[in-house]
Amino acid sequence: MTYLDSASLQPFWQRLRHLSWPWRITWIYLIFFLLLPIVALVVRASTLDASEIWRIATDPVALSTYNVTFLTALAAASLNGLVGLMVAWVLVRYEFPGKRYLDAIIDLPFAMPTAVAGLTLATIYSSNGWIGSLLDPLGIKVSFTRLGVLVAMVYISLPFVVRTVQPVLQEMEAEIEEAAWSLGASDWQTFRRVILPPLLPALLTGVAMGFSRAVGEYGSVVIIAGNIPFQDLIAPVLIFQRLEQFDYAGATVIGTVLLLISLLSLLLINVLQSLGKRYG
Amino acid sequence: MANPVVNPNLTRSNASPTKRISPSADWRKWGLIGFVTLYLALIILLPALNVFVQAFNGGIAGFLATFTSRPFLNAVGLTVIVALISVPLNTIFGLSAAVAIAHKTFPGRTLLISIIDLPFSISPVVAGLMLVLLYGSRGWFGPALEAGGIKVIFALPGMVMATIFVTMPFIAREVLPALEENGTDQEEAAHTLGASSWQTFWRVTLPSIKWSLLYGLILCNARAMGEFGAVAVVSGNISGKTQTLPLYVEDAYIQYNTQSAYAAAVLLACLAIVTLVLKHFLERNPGVHRRGD
Repeated sequence: MTYLDSASLQPFWQRLRHLSWPWRITWIYLIFFLLLPIVALVVRASTLDASEIWRIATDPVALSTYNVTFLTALAAASLNGLVGLMVAWVLVRYEFPGKRYLDAIIDLPFAMPTAVAGLTLATIYSSNGWIGSLLDPLGIKVSFTRLGVLVAMVYISLPFVVRTVQPVLQEMEAEIEEAAWSLGASDWQTFRRVILPPLLPALLTGVAMGFSRAVGEYGSVVIIAGNIPFQDLIAPVLIFQRLEQFDYAGATVIGTVLLLISLLSLLLINVLQSLGKRYG
Repeated sequence: MANPVVNPNLTRSNASPTKRISPSADWRKWGLIGFVTLYLALIILLPALNVFVQAFNGGIAGFLATFTSRPFLNAVGLTVIVALISVPLNTIFGLSAAVAIAHKTFPGRTLLISIIDLPFSISPVVAGLMLVLLYGSRGWFGPALEAGGIKVIFALPGMVMATIFVTMPFIAREVLPALEENGTDQEEAAHTLGASSWQTFWRVTLPSIKWSLLYGLILCNARAMGEFGAVAVVSGNISGKTQTLPLYVEDAYIQYNTQSAYAAAVLLACLAIVTLVLKHFLERNPGVHRRGD
Protein backbone atom coordinates (compact mmCIF):
# COMPACT_ATOMS: atom_id res chain seq x y z
CA MET A 1 0.00 0.00 0.00
CA THR A 2 3.04 2.31 0.05
CA TYR A 3 2.33 3.07 -3.61
CA LEU A 4 -0.87 4.78 -2.75
CA ASP A 5 0.16 7.56 -0.37
CA SER A 6 0.35 10.89 -2.12
CA ALA A 7 4.10 11.49 -1.71
CA SER A 8 4.95 8.40 -3.75
CA LEU A 9 2.12 8.76 -6.27
CA GLN A 10 4.23 10.76 -8.72
CA PRO A 11 7.07 8.21 -8.89
CA PHE A 12 4.44 5.50 -9.31
CA TRP A 13 3.10 7.06 -12.53
CA GLN A 14 6.64 7.61 -13.74
CA ARG A 15 7.43 3.99 -13.05
CA LEU A 16 4.24 2.94 -14.81
CA ARG A 17 5.44 4.70 -17.97
CA HIS A 18 8.56 2.57 -18.02
CA LEU A 19 6.66 -0.67 -17.53
CA SER A 20 5.87 -3.09 -20.33
CA TRP A 21 2.29 -3.27 -21.64
CA PRO A 22 1.29 -6.38 -19.67
CA TRP A 23 2.37 -4.67 -16.44
CA ARG A 24 0.57 -1.44 -17.28
CA ILE A 25 -2.69 -3.25 -18.04
CA THR A 26 -2.35 -5.38 -14.92
CA TRP A 27 -1.82 -2.43 -12.59
CA ILE A 28 -4.42 -0.13 -14.13
CA TYR A 29 -7.01 -2.91 -14.10
CA LEU A 30 -6.22 -3.93 -10.52
CA ILE A 31 -6.26 -0.35 -9.26
CA PHE A 32 -9.44 0.62 -11.07
CA PHE A 33 -11.57 -2.48 -10.59
CA LEU A 34 -10.24 -3.95 -7.34
CA LEU A 35 -8.09 -1.69 -5.16
CA LEU A 36 -10.08 1.53 -5.59
CA PRO A 37 -13.34 -0.11 -4.45
CA ILE A 38 -11.60 -1.68 -1.44
CA VAL A 39 -10.01 1.65 -0.53
CA ALA A 40 -13.41 3.34 -0.86
CA LEU A 41 -14.90 0.98 1.72
CA VAL A 42 -12.01 1.23 4.17
CA VAL A 43 -11.71 5.02 3.91
CA ARG A 44 -15.46 5.45 4.21
CA ALA A 45 -15.44 3.33 7.37
CA SER A 46 -12.48 5.22 8.83
CA THR A 47 -14.17 8.62 8.41
CA LEU A 48 -16.87 7.52 10.84
CA ASP A 49 -16.55 8.32 14.50
CA ALA A 50 -15.02 5.47 16.52
CA SER A 51 -17.95 5.38 18.93
CA GLU A 52 -20.34 5.39 15.96
CA ILE A 53 -18.50 2.44 14.39
CA TRP A 54 -18.64 0.56 17.68
CA ARG A 55 -22.35 1.33 18.11
CA ILE A 56 -23.22 0.04 14.60
CA ALA A 57 -20.90 -2.95 14.70
CA THR A 58 -22.23 -4.14 18.08
CA ASP A 59 -25.88 -3.30 17.50
CA PRO A 60 -28.00 -6.28 18.71
CA VAL A 61 -29.27 -7.01 15.19
CA ALA A 62 -25.72 -6.87 13.79
CA LEU A 63 -24.44 -9.15 16.57
CA SER A 64 -27.19 -11.67 15.86
CA THR A 65 -26.27 -11.70 12.15
CA TYR A 66 -22.60 -12.43 13.01
CA ASN A 67 -23.82 -15.26 15.19
CA VAL A 68 -26.03 -16.70 12.44
CA THR A 69 -23.47 -16.12 9.66
CA PHE A 70 -20.28 -17.31 11.31
CA LEU A 71 -21.60 -20.16 13.46
CA THR A 72 -23.74 -21.59 10.66
CA ALA A 73 -20.87 -21.26 8.18
CA LEU A 74 -18.57 -22.98 10.69
CA ALA A 75 -21.08 -25.79 11.18
CA ALA A 76 -21.52 -26.20 7.40
CA ALA A 77 -17.76 -26.19 6.75
CA SER A 78 -17.09 -28.67 9.57
CA LEU A 79 -19.83 -31.02 8.40
CA ASN A 80 -18.36 -30.87 4.92
CA GLY A 81 -14.89 -31.44 6.39
CA LEU A 82 -16.12 -34.75 7.76
CA VAL A 83 -18.30 -35.86 4.85
CA GLY A 84 -15.98 -34.32 2.23
CA LEU A 85 -13.16 -36.48 3.56
CA MET A 86 -15.39 -39.55 3.17
CA VAL A 87 -16.37 -38.48 -0.37
CA ALA A 88 -12.73 -37.98 -1.34
CA TRP A 89 -11.82 -41.36 0.21
CA VAL A 90 -14.59 -43.18 -1.65
CA LEU A 91 -13.66 -41.51 -4.96
CA VAL A 92 -9.92 -42.21 -4.65
CA ARG A 93 -9.79 -45.63 -2.99
CA TYR A 94 -12.84 -47.54 -4.19
CA GLU A 95 -14.03 -48.74 -7.56
CA PHE A 96 -17.77 -48.97 -8.09
CA PRO A 97 -20.28 -48.46 -10.92
CA GLY A 98 -21.31 -44.84 -11.44
CA LYS A 99 -18.20 -43.46 -9.77
CA ARG A 100 -17.42 -41.13 -12.69
CA TYR A 101 -20.82 -39.49 -12.41
CA LEU A 102 -20.55 -39.11 -8.66
CA ASP A 103 -17.19 -37.42 -9.19
CA ALA A 104 -18.66 -35.12 -11.84
CA ILE A 105 -21.65 -33.84 -9.83
CA ILE A 106 -19.38 -32.68 -6.96
CA ASP A 107 -18.55 -29.58 -9.05
CA LEU A 108 -22.21 -28.72 -9.63
CA PRO A 109 -22.38 -26.22 -6.71
CA PHE A 110 -19.43 -24.33 -8.27
CA ALA A 111 -21.17 -24.05 -11.62
CA MET A 112 -24.80 -23.63 -10.54
CA PRO A 113 -25.80 -19.97 -10.17
CA THR A 114 -26.56 -19.33 -6.50
CA ALA A 115 -30.05 -17.99 -7.22
CA VAL A 116 -30.96 -21.31 -8.85
CA ALA A 117 -29.45 -23.24 -5.94
CA GLY A 118 -31.44 -21.18 -3.45
CA LEU A 119 -34.66 -21.56 -5.43
CA THR A 120 -34.49 -25.32 -5.78
CA LEU A 121 -33.22 -25.95 -2.21
CA ALA A 122 -36.03 -23.75 -0.84
CA THR A 123 -38.56 -25.81 -2.80
CA ILE A 124 -37.44 -29.32 -1.95
CA TYR A 125 -36.77 -28.52 1.72
CA SER A 126 -40.06 -26.64 2.15
CA SER A 127 -42.80 -28.41 4.13
CA ASN A 128 -44.44 -29.74 0.95
CA GLY A 129 -41.23 -30.39 -0.99
CA TRP A 130 -39.58 -33.75 -1.76
CA ILE A 131 -37.39 -33.82 1.34
CA GLY A 132 -39.13 -31.22 3.50
CA SER A 133 -42.39 -33.19 3.48
CA LEU A 134 -40.53 -36.17 5.00
CA LEU A 135 -39.02 -33.99 7.71
CA ASP A 136 -42.20 -32.05 8.47
CA PRO A 137 -43.95 -34.86 10.43
CA LEU A 138 -40.84 -35.04 12.62
CA GLY A 139 -41.30 -31.37 13.43
CA ILE A 140 -38.24 -30.32 11.45
CA LYS A 141 -38.65 -27.23 9.30
CA VAL A 142 -35.78 -26.36 6.97
CA SER A 143 -36.84 -23.67 4.50
CA PHE A 144 -37.28 -20.21 6.05
CA THR A 145 -35.37 -21.22 9.19
CA ARG A 146 -31.75 -21.24 10.28
CA LEU A 147 -31.55 -24.89 9.24
CA GLY A 148 -32.24 -23.69 5.70
CA VAL A 149 -29.28 -21.34 5.95
CA LEU A 150 -27.20 -24.36 6.98
CA VAL A 151 -28.44 -26.43 4.02
CA ALA A 152 -27.58 -23.65 1.55
CA MET A 153 -24.14 -23.18 3.11
CA VAL A 154 -23.49 -26.94 3.06
CA TYR A 155 -24.44 -26.98 -0.63
CA ILE A 156 -22.10 -24.20 -1.72
CA SER A 157 -19.12 -25.23 0.43
CA LEU A 158 -19.19 -28.98 -0.28
CA PRO A 159 -16.84 -29.06 -3.31
CA PHE A 160 -14.01 -27.21 -1.54
CA VAL A 161 -13.05 -30.00 0.89
CA VAL A 162 -13.45 -32.79 -1.68
CA ARG A 163 -11.35 -30.98 -4.30
CA THR A 164 -8.52 -30.05 -1.91
CA VAL A 165 -8.29 -33.48 -0.22
CA GLN A 166 -8.69 -35.62 -3.36
CA PRO A 167 -5.31 -34.87 -5.02
CA VAL A 168 -3.39 -35.33 -1.74
CA LEU A 169 -5.09 -38.65 -1.09
CA GLN A 170 -4.35 -39.70 -4.67
CA GLU A 171 -0.61 -39.24 -4.10
CA MET A 172 -0.55 -41.11 -0.80
CA GLU A 173 0.63 -44.65 -1.23
CA ALA A 174 -1.48 -47.46 0.10
CA GLU A 175 1.72 -49.35 1.02
CA ILE A 176 2.25 -47.14 4.08
CA GLU A 177 -1.15 -48.04 5.44
CA GLU A 178 -0.52 -51.70 4.72
CA ALA A 179 2.82 -51.46 6.51
CA ALA A 180 1.18 -49.83 9.58
CA TRP A 181 -1.53 -52.41 9.55
CA SER A 182 0.80 -55.39 9.23
CA LEU A 183 2.91 -54.02 12.09
CA GLY A 184 -0.13 -54.45 14.30
CA ALA A 185 -1.93 -51.12 14.12
CA SER A 186 -5.70 -51.26 14.31
CA ASP A 187 -7.80 -49.67 11.58
CA TRP A 188 -8.51 -46.67 13.78
CA GLN A 189 -4.82 -46.29 14.70
CA THR A 190 -3.85 -46.54 11.03
CA PHE A 191 -6.34 -43.84 10.15
CA ARG A 192 -5.44 -41.50 12.99
CA ARG A 193 -1.65 -41.90 12.92
CA VAL A 194 -0.86 -42.69 9.27
CA ILE A 195 -3.61 -41.45 6.97
CA LEU A 196 -4.90 -38.34 8.72
CA PRO A 197 -1.66 -36.38 9.46
CA PRO A 198 -0.57 -35.86 5.83
CA LEU A 199 -4.16 -35.07 4.83
CA LEU A 200 -4.73 -32.58 7.64
CA PRO A 201 -3.34 -29.40 5.98
CA ALA A 202 -5.38 -30.04 2.82
CA LEU A 203 -8.46 -30.91 4.87
CA LEU A 204 -8.19 -27.74 6.98
CA THR A 205 -7.53 -25.65 3.85
CA GLY A 206 -10.70 -27.03 2.30
CA VAL A 207 -12.69 -26.35 5.48
CA ALA A 208 -11.34 -22.78 5.68
CA MET A 209 -12.15 -22.16 1.99
CA GLY A 210 -15.64 -23.55 2.45
CA PHE A 211 -16.13 -21.43 5.57
CA SER A 212 -14.95 -18.30 3.78
CA ARG A 213 -17.27 -18.97 0.85
CA ALA A 214 -20.22 -19.71 3.14
CA VAL A 215 -19.68 -16.51 5.16
CA GLY A 216 -19.87 -14.37 2.02
CA GLU A 217 -22.74 -16.27 0.40
CA TYR A 218 -25.79 -14.22 -0.41
CA GLY A 219 -27.86 -15.55 -3.32
CA SER A 220 -28.84 -19.00 -2.14
CA VAL A 221 -29.26 -18.01 1.53
CA VAL A 222 -31.46 -14.98 0.90
CA ILE A 223 -33.89 -17.18 -1.02
CA ILE A 224 -34.07 -20.16 1.36
CA ALA A 225 -34.04 -18.14 4.59
CA GLY A 226 -36.87 -16.10 6.06
CA ASN A 227 -34.38 -13.25 6.65
CA ILE A 228 -35.83 -12.46 10.08
CA PRO A 229 -33.50 -10.68 12.53
CA PHE A 230 -32.35 -12.79 15.50
CA GLN A 231 -33.47 -15.92 13.68
CA ASP A 232 -32.00 -16.50 10.24
CA LEU A 233 -30.79 -13.10 9.04
CA ILE A 234 -27.17 -13.28 7.80
CA ALA A 235 -24.69 -10.39 7.66
CA PRO A 236 -24.61 -10.02 3.83
CA VAL A 237 -28.40 -9.74 3.76
CA LEU A 238 -28.25 -7.13 6.54
CA ILE A 239 -25.79 -5.10 4.43
CA PHE A 240 -28.23 -5.30 1.54
CA GLN A 241 -31.14 -4.16 3.72
CA ARG A 242 -29.11 -1.25 5.15
CA LEU A 243 -28.28 -0.10 1.61
CA GLU A 244 -31.93 -0.29 0.61
CA GLN A 245 -32.72 2.01 3.55
CA PHE A 246 -29.91 4.36 2.38
CA ASP A 247 -28.14 3.71 5.70
CA TYR A 248 -24.67 3.92 4.13
CA ALA A 249 -22.85 4.10 7.46
CA GLY A 250 -24.54 0.93 8.67
CA ALA A 251 -23.77 -0.94 5.45
CA THR A 252 -20.17 0.31 5.47
CA VAL A 253 -19.40 -0.79 9.02
CA ILE A 254 -20.90 -4.26 8.66
CA GLY A 255 -19.26 -4.59 5.22
CA THR A 256 -15.90 -3.75 6.77
CA VAL A 257 -16.40 -6.36 9.49
CA LEU A 258 -17.09 -8.96 6.78
CA LEU A 259 -14.10 -7.78 4.74
CA LEU A 260 -11.79 -8.15 7.74
CA ILE A 261 -13.08 -11.67 8.42
CA SER A 262 -12.50 -12.53 4.73
CA LEU A 263 -8.94 -11.24 4.88
CA LEU A 264 -8.27 -13.18 8.08
CA SER A 265 -9.57 -16.43 6.60
CA LEU A 266 -7.50 -15.78 3.45
CA LEU A 267 -4.42 -15.40 5.64
CA LEU A 268 -5.29 -18.61 7.47
CA ILE A 269 -5.76 -20.46 4.16
CA ASN A 270 -2.34 -19.27 2.94
CA VAL A 271 -0.65 -20.41 6.17
CA LEU A 272 -2.36 -23.79 5.93
CA GLN A 273 -1.34 -24.17 2.28
CA SER A 274 2.30 -23.40 3.00
CA LEU A 275 2.18 -25.92 5.87
CA GLY A 276 0.77 -28.43 3.42
CA LYS A 277 3.63 -27.81 0.99
CA ARG A 278 6.21 -28.26 3.74
CA TYR A 279 4.85 -31.54 5.01
CA GLY A 280 3.07 -32.79 1.92
CA MET B 1 4.02 -67.38 11.50
CA ALA B 2 5.63 -67.69 14.92
CA ASN B 3 6.51 -64.01 14.99
CA PRO B 4 4.64 -62.46 17.92
CA VAL B 5 4.30 -58.99 16.36
CA VAL B 6 2.32 -60.23 13.39
CA ASN B 7 -1.16 -58.80 13.26
CA PRO B 8 -3.72 -61.43 14.23
CA ASN B 9 -5.99 -60.11 11.49
CA LEU B 10 -3.30 -60.88 8.95
CA THR B 11 -2.91 -64.50 10.05
CA ARG B 12 -6.63 -64.94 10.02
CA SER B 13 -7.02 -63.55 6.54
CA ASN B 14 -4.05 -65.64 5.34
CA ALA B 15 -6.20 -68.67 5.83
CA SER B 16 -8.51 -67.57 3.03
CA PRO B 17 -7.16 -67.58 -0.52
CA THR B 18 -8.24 -63.97 -1.25
CA LYS B 19 -5.98 -61.98 0.98
CA ARG B 20 -6.61 -58.54 2.56
CA ILE B 21 -10.27 -58.18 1.72
CA SER B 22 -11.97 -59.20 4.90
CA PRO B 23 -15.77 -59.14 5.20
CA SER B 24 -15.55 -56.15 7.54
CA ALA B 25 -13.57 -54.13 4.96
CA ASP B 26 -16.13 -55.02 2.33
CA TRP B 27 -18.98 -53.99 4.61
CA ARG B 28 -17.22 -50.71 5.31
CA LYS B 29 -16.56 -50.04 1.63
CA TRP B 30 -20.19 -50.40 0.56
CA GLY B 31 -21.44 -48.65 3.68
CA LEU B 32 -19.27 -45.63 2.90
CA ILE B 33 -20.23 -45.63 -0.78
CA GLY B 34 -23.90 -45.82 0.17
CA PHE B 35 -23.65 -43.02 2.71
CA VAL B 36 -21.69 -40.73 0.37
CA THR B 37 -24.11 -41.38 -2.50
CA LEU B 38 -27.10 -40.62 -0.27
CA TYR B 39 -25.50 -37.41 1.00
CA LEU B 40 -24.66 -36.18 -2.50
CA ALA B 41 -28.13 -37.14 -3.72
CA LEU B 42 -29.85 -35.15 -0.97
CA ILE B 43 -27.61 -32.11 -1.23
CA ILE B 44 -26.72 -31.91 -4.93
CA LEU B 45 -28.54 -34.34 -7.21
CA LEU B 46 -32.16 -33.98 -6.07
CA PRO B 47 -32.02 -30.15 -6.10
CA ALA B 48 -30.66 -30.25 -9.67
CA LEU B 49 -33.35 -32.70 -10.82
CA ASN B 50 -36.01 -30.62 -9.09
CA VAL B 51 -35.19 -27.62 -11.30
CA PHE B 52 -36.20 -29.56 -14.40
CA VAL B 53 -39.23 -31.24 -12.84
CA GLN B 54 -40.65 -27.96 -11.50
CA ALA B 55 -40.07 -26.10 -14.77
CA PHE B 56 -42.31 -28.51 -16.67
CA ASN B 57 -44.77 -29.04 -13.80
CA GLY B 58 -47.31 -26.59 -15.18
CA GLY B 59 -47.12 -28.13 -18.63
CA ILE B 60 -45.09 -27.09 -21.63
CA ALA B 61 -47.37 -24.13 -22.37
CA GLY B 62 -46.60 -22.33 -19.11
CA PHE B 63 -42.93 -23.01 -19.67
CA LEU B 64 -43.05 -21.49 -23.14
CA ALA B 65 -45.13 -18.52 -21.94
CA THR B 66 -42.19 -17.42 -19.79
CA PHE B 67 -39.78 -17.83 -22.66
CA THR B 68 -41.67 -15.33 -24.81
CA SER B 69 -42.43 -12.76 -22.09
CA ARG B 70 -40.78 -9.35 -22.42
CA PRO B 71 -39.11 -9.12 -18.98
CA PHE B 72 -37.63 -12.59 -19.45
CA LEU B 73 -36.20 -11.81 -22.89
CA ASN B 74 -34.80 -8.53 -21.55
CA ALA B 75 -33.14 -10.41 -18.69
CA VAL B 76 -31.56 -12.91 -21.09
CA GLY B 77 -30.31 -10.09 -23.31
CA LEU B 78 -28.86 -8.15 -20.40
CA THR B 79 -27.14 -11.25 -19.01
CA VAL B 80 -25.48 -11.87 -22.37
CA ILE B 81 -24.43 -8.21 -22.73
CA VAL B 82 -22.89 -8.12 -19.23
CA ALA B 83 -20.96 -11.32 -19.95
CA LEU B 84 -19.90 -10.10 -23.41
CA ILE B 85 -18.29 -7.02 -21.86
CA SER B 86 -16.86 -8.39 -18.63
CA VAL B 87 -15.44 -11.71 -19.86
CA PRO B 88 -13.28 -10.22 -22.69
CA LEU B 89 -12.02 -7.49 -20.33
CA ASN B 90 -11.09 -10.10 -17.75
CA THR B 91 -9.38 -12.11 -20.49
CA ILE B 92 -7.17 -9.17 -21.43
CA PHE B 93 -6.37 -8.61 -17.77
CA GLY B 94 -5.80 -12.30 -17.05
CA LEU B 95 -3.43 -12.75 -19.98
CA SER B 96 -1.55 -9.53 -19.16
CA ALA B 97 -1.16 -10.42 -15.50
CA ALA B 98 -0.06 -13.97 -16.27
CA VAL B 99 2.47 -12.87 -18.91
CA ALA B 100 3.78 -10.12 -16.61
CA ILE B 101 4.20 -12.36 -13.56
CA ALA B 102 5.00 -15.81 -15.00
CA HIS B 103 8.74 -15.88 -15.53
CA LYS B 104 9.83 -13.17 -13.16
CA THR B 105 10.93 -13.11 -9.59
CA PHE B 106 10.45 -9.87 -7.72
CA PRO B 107 9.71 -8.92 -4.14
CA GLY B 108 6.00 -9.07 -3.43
CA ARG B 109 5.26 -11.62 -6.17
CA THR B 110 3.29 -13.88 -3.85
CA LEU B 111 1.49 -10.84 -2.45
CA LEU B 112 0.51 -9.73 -5.95
CA ILE B 113 -0.90 -13.18 -6.76
CA SER B 114 -2.85 -13.09 -3.49
CA ILE B 115 -4.23 -9.67 -4.41
CA ILE B 116 -5.40 -10.99 -7.78
CA ASP B 117 -7.12 -13.84 -5.90
CA LEU B 118 -8.76 -11.48 -3.42
CA PRO B 119 -12.19 -11.22 -5.14
CA PHE B 120 -12.77 -14.93 -4.49
CA SER B 121 -12.67 -14.29 -0.74
CA ILE B 122 -14.71 -11.09 -0.63
CA SER B 123 -18.47 -11.46 -0.25
CA PRO B 124 -20.22 -10.42 -3.48
CA VAL B 125 -22.52 -8.17 -1.47
CA VAL B 126 -19.49 -6.36 -0.01
CA ALA B 127 -18.11 -5.98 -3.55
CA GLY B 128 -21.39 -4.40 -4.63
CA LEU B 129 -21.34 -2.14 -1.56
CA MET B 130 -17.85 -0.91 -2.48
CA LEU B 131 -19.08 0.11 -5.93
CA VAL B 132 -22.09 1.92 -4.44
CA LEU B 133 -19.74 3.84 -2.13
CA LEU B 134 -17.66 4.85 -5.17
CA TYR B 135 -20.27 5.55 -7.84
CA GLY B 136 -23.59 5.86 -5.99
CA SER B 137 -25.38 9.22 -5.82
CA ARG B 138 -23.76 9.78 -2.40
CA GLY B 139 -20.48 8.14 -3.37
CA TRP B 140 -17.07 9.61 -4.21
CA PHE B 141 -17.51 9.93 -7.98
CA GLY B 142 -21.29 9.56 -8.20
CA PRO B 143 -22.27 13.27 -8.11
CA ALA B 144 -19.59 14.26 -10.65
CA LEU B 145 -20.56 11.44 -13.01
CA GLU B 146 -24.25 12.25 -12.67
CA ALA B 147 -23.51 15.89 -13.52
CA GLY B 148 -21.91 14.57 -16.70
CA GLY B 149 -24.98 12.47 -17.43
CA ILE B 150 -23.31 9.13 -16.68
CA LYS B 151 -25.18 6.67 -14.50
CA VAL B 152 -23.16 3.81 -13.03
CA ILE B 153 -25.25 2.49 -10.16
CA PHE B 154 -28.69 1.13 -11.12
CA ALA B 155 -27.34 0.92 -14.69
CA LEU B 156 -25.26 -1.27 -16.97
CA PRO B 157 -21.77 0.12 -16.11
CA GLY B 158 -22.21 -0.75 -12.43
CA MET B 159 -23.45 -4.24 -13.25
CA VAL B 160 -20.45 -4.81 -15.52
CA MET B 161 -18.05 -3.54 -12.85
CA ALA B 162 -19.64 -5.79 -10.22
CA THR B 163 -19.34 -8.78 -12.54
CA ILE B 164 -15.72 -7.94 -13.37
CA PHE B 165 -14.94 -7.70 -9.66
CA VAL B 166 -16.23 -11.15 -8.75
CA THR B 167 -14.83 -12.95 -11.84
CA MET B 168 -11.46 -11.17 -12.03
CA PRO B 169 -9.20 -14.05 -10.87
CA PHE B 170 -10.54 -16.87 -13.06
CA ILE B 171 -8.41 -16.44 -16.18
CA ALA B 172 -5.23 -15.15 -14.56
CA ARG B 173 -5.15 -18.03 -12.08
CA GLU B 174 -5.69 -20.57 -14.84
CA VAL B 175 -3.15 -19.23 -17.35
CA LEU B 176 -0.38 -18.40 -14.87
CA PRO B 177 0.52 -22.00 -13.88
CA ALA B 178 0.31 -23.09 -17.54
CA LEU B 179 2.78 -20.37 -18.57
CA GLU B 180 5.10 -21.26 -15.70
CA GLU B 181 5.15 -24.90 -16.74
CA ASN B 182 5.91 -24.09 -20.38
CA GLY B 183 9.12 -22.26 -19.62
CA THR B 184 10.62 -19.54 -21.81
CA ASP B 185 12.63 -21.55 -24.37
CA GLN B 186 10.21 -21.19 -27.26
CA GLU B 187 9.65 -17.48 -26.66
CA GLU B 188 13.39 -16.92 -26.57
CA ALA B 189 13.83 -18.84 -29.80
CA ALA B 190 11.14 -16.75 -31.48
CA HIS B 191 12.82 -13.57 -30.25
CA THR B 192 16.23 -14.65 -31.55
CA LEU B 193 14.69 -15.38 -34.92
CA GLY B 194 13.50 -11.78 -35.08
CA ALA B 195 9.89 -11.94 -33.92
CA SER B 196 8.49 -8.88 -32.15
CA SER B 197 7.01 -9.25 -28.65
CA TRP B 198 3.53 -9.08 -30.09
CA GLN B 199 4.29 -11.73 -32.75
CA THR B 200 5.86 -13.95 -30.10
CA PHE B 201 2.81 -13.63 -27.89
CA TRP B 202 0.35 -14.23 -30.71
CA ARG B 203 2.15 -17.08 -32.47
CA VAL B 204 4.06 -18.84 -29.69
CA THR B 205 2.72 -18.04 -26.22
CA LEU B 206 -1.01 -17.98 -26.94
CA PRO B 207 -1.16 -21.33 -28.82
CA SER B 208 0.77 -23.00 -25.99
CA ILE B 209 -1.76 -21.95 -23.35
CA LYS B 210 -4.96 -22.16 -25.41
CA TRP B 211 -6.57 -24.99 -23.42
CA SER B 212 -5.89 -23.38 -20.06
CA LEU B 213 -7.23 -20.11 -21.39
CA LEU B 214 -10.38 -21.79 -22.65
CA TYR B 215 -10.83 -23.51 -19.29
CA GLY B 216 -10.55 -20.19 -17.49
CA LEU B 217 -12.91 -18.56 -19.99
CA ILE B 218 -15.61 -21.16 -19.44
CA LEU B 219 -15.50 -20.87 -15.65
CA CYS B 220 -15.37 -17.07 -15.87
CA ASN B 221 -18.36 -16.97 -18.19
CA ALA B 222 -20.43 -19.32 -16.02
CA ARG B 223 -19.86 -17.13 -12.98
CA ALA B 224 -20.41 -13.91 -14.96
CA MET B 225 -23.78 -15.10 -16.23
CA GLY B 226 -24.80 -16.59 -12.89
CA GLU B 227 -23.64 -13.85 -10.51
CA PHE B 228 -26.36 -12.72 -8.17
CA GLY B 229 -25.23 -10.91 -5.00
CA ALA B 230 -22.87 -8.29 -6.40
CA VAL B 231 -25.14 -7.48 -9.35
CA ALA B 232 -28.23 -7.37 -7.11
CA VAL B 233 -26.64 -4.65 -4.94
CA VAL B 234 -25.69 -2.33 -7.81
CA SER B 235 -28.50 -2.99 -10.28
CA GLY B 236 -31.59 -1.93 -8.34
CA ASN B 237 -33.29 -4.99 -9.87
CA ILE B 238 -35.67 -3.04 -12.10
CA SER B 239 -37.75 -5.52 -14.11
CA GLY B 240 -37.13 -5.20 -17.82
CA LYS B 241 -34.30 -2.70 -17.32
CA THR B 242 -31.55 -3.79 -14.94
CA GLN B 243 -32.61 -7.34 -14.31
CA THR B 244 -30.27 -10.15 -15.31
CA LEU B 245 -31.43 -13.76 -15.46
CA PRO B 246 -30.44 -14.70 -11.87
CA LEU B 247 -32.23 -11.57 -10.60
CA TYR B 248 -35.26 -12.51 -12.68
CA VAL B 249 -35.31 -15.93 -10.99
CA GLU B 250 -35.40 -14.41 -7.50
CA ASP B 251 -37.90 -11.70 -8.44
CA ALA B 252 -40.31 -14.21 -10.00
CA TYR B 253 -40.01 -16.46 -6.94
CA ILE B 254 -40.73 -13.61 -4.50
CA GLN B 255 -43.82 -12.67 -6.52
CA TYR B 256 -45.09 -16.27 -6.26
CA ASN B 257 -44.58 -16.71 -9.99
CA THR B 258 -42.85 -20.04 -9.37
CA GLN B 259 -43.32 -21.40 -12.86
CA SER B 260 -41.50 -18.44 -14.42
CA ALA B 261 -38.77 -18.64 -11.81
CA TYR B 262 -38.15 -22.28 -12.70
CA ALA B 263 -38.36 -21.71 -16.46
CA ALA B 264 -35.56 -19.15 -16.12
CA ALA B 265 -33.72 -21.40 -13.66
CA VAL B 266 -33.70 -24.22 -16.23
CA LEU B 267 -31.79 -22.03 -18.64
CA LEU B 268 -29.19 -21.22 -15.98
CA ALA B 269 -29.00 -24.87 -14.86
CA CYS B 270 -28.33 -25.90 -18.47
CA LEU B 271 -25.54 -23.34 -18.60
CA ALA B 272 -24.07 -24.91 -15.44
CA ILE B 273 -24.29 -28.42 -16.88
CA VAL B 274 -22.74 -27.42 -20.21
CA THR B 275 -19.97 -25.69 -18.25
CA LEU B 276 -19.32 -28.86 -16.24
CA VAL B 277 -19.24 -31.06 -19.34
CA LEU B 278 -16.80 -28.74 -21.15
CA LYS B 279 -14.72 -28.47 -17.97
CA HIS B 280 -14.59 -32.25 -17.74
CA PHE B 281 -13.31 -32.63 -21.31
CA LEU B 282 -10.79 -29.82 -20.97
CA GLU B 283 -9.38 -31.44 -17.83
CA ARG B 284 -8.14 -34.29 -20.01
CA ASN B 285 -5.61 -31.91 -21.49
CA PRO B 286 -2.31 -32.31 -19.65
CA GLY B 287 -1.68 -28.55 -19.49
CA VAL B 288 -4.96 -27.78 -17.76
CA HIS B 289 -4.93 -27.42 -14.01
CA ARG B 290 -8.04 -28.67 -12.40
CA ARG B 291 -9.19 -26.29 -9.74
CA GLY B 292 -12.06 -25.65 -7.43
CA ASP B 293 -14.01 -22.41 -7.56
